[in-house]
Amino acid sequence: MNGVRVLVGTRKGAFILTSNAKRKKWDISGPHFAGWEIYHLKGSPADPNRLYASQSTGWFGQLIQRSNDGGKTWEPVGKEFVYDGVPGTHQWYDGTQHPWEFKRVWCLEPSLTDPDTVYAGVEDAAMFRSGDGGQTWQELSGLRNAKGHLWQPGAGGMCLHTIVFDPSNPNRIFIAISAAGAFRTDDGGETWRPVNVGLKSPFELPDPTAEVGHCVHNIAMHPSRPGVLFMQKHWDVMRSDDAGESWHEISGNLPSDFGFPIAVHAHEPNTIYVVPIKSDSEHFPPDGKLRVYRSRSGGDEWEALTNGLPQSDCYVNILRSAMAVDTLDSCGIYFGTTGGQVYASADSGDSWKPIVRDLPAVLSVEVQTLP
Amino acid sequence: MIRVILPHHLRTLANVGKEVELQVEGPMTLGAILDAVESQYPMLRGTIRDHITLQRRPFIRFFACGQDWSHQPSEVPLPDEVVTGAEPFRIVGAMAGG
Repeated sequence: MNGVRVLVGTRKGAFILTSNAKRKKWDISGPHFAGWEIYHLKGSPADPNRLYASQSTGWFGQLIQRSNDGGKTWEPVGKEFVYDGVPGTHQWYDGTQHPWEFKRVWCLEPSLTDPDTVYAGVEDAAMFRSGDGGQTWQELSGLRNAKGHLWQPGAGGMCLHTIVFDPSNPNRIFIAISAAGAFRTDDGGETWRPVNVGLKSPFELPDPTAEVGHCVHNIAMHPSRPGVLFMQKHWDVMRSDDAGESWHEISGNLPSDFGFPIAVHAHEPNTIYVVPIKSDSEHFPPDGKLRVYRSRSGGDEWEALTNGLPQSDCYVNILRSAMAVDTLDSCGIYFGTTGGQVYASADSGDSWKPIVRDLPAVLSVEVQTLP
Repeated sequence: MIRVILPHHLRTLANVGKEVELQVEGPMTLGAILDAVESQYPMLRGTIRDHITLQRRPFIRFFACGQDWSHQPSEVPLPDEVVTGAEPFRIVGAMAGG
């Protein structure tokens, strides 16, 4: 079957939405792990039936679930995320140092080539790797040597929420942390350095040369052009043409350059998508109109995509991990809202329809294009 | 055999019913019961108490014979009614959040 599987993490469970390539009729499976927060679930690019899910609650802590059959059945795997050595401290809200404490797994990123290798981004910010299908986890502690003592949590916690692999270089990985910034390794995760030159956060970081402390919300890359990165920052949409060495703003004519997710079209490396949110004080779309904005020029020039989306009285948010694309010939775009809707477009964003309307608040959306 | 009642989500995770029966070796203490639960159901390790410190998770409570045992040290012996199986030991998800 040629089709898509949309993996949806919500505040109260996981849902799996499947369709054929037409993407008109959908089968809804779930809730899986009913009642638990599912921050993220994602499939292995090397084996589409291998899925990983981050399952947690404040009551019972963190679990990791694994599926070998595309989400029909699941098994709990390793859930011990122990910081390497003495965890040390990071900056706290009052400027004092605060001990590193594990809270939850925000994102799971399976290796591009090995279904048993998977990376986890966690709060308090750190990166872990498993080489045995999630049974055991080891910290890539070199990341916290990248000025970790200066990292400070944002309003959502000090979370490592984004992991992007360079498909042309297995030793290069990009990650992003709220509110520390973007970081890059060129040696497979042993050593890391901040890559935040050009980011501007004048109110939070008056020092324009600050290497860390920027609140990066999401980073996206097209696999054919791994040196070009797109970033939705707390405020500002940014672009790097040199693998993060420097960034420049591409917010252009957006009605607001605040937002959370950013995505790249599967077949057009210069076509990108954001969902503007009014402000950091008001986490909903400007004017109550839910609009995805598309740039076909790699930024600066944006067009509103509204066909099928509510254009009045809409006050939902779209979180950082809640937008994804499929790789079918006519590229599909998907996003989920805190109001429980998952919208899909099978025509690169020209028109939209909800797949479901009444799920719990959506935390993450990932898409698998099935062979 | 002692009887232990688990909260809903942990029953699902362990794939068991409301109540499980456990064989506990040695002195019947709070810590020994939790050790036995985690030994028989390894998937519950870390969900009731921290993996490393073995401290009770903040929103978990322990009850036996109508008394709250949540703040008792792990080496404290449990009541005879729990030891004989006349009364269950209850692991409860505390009322918290929404």
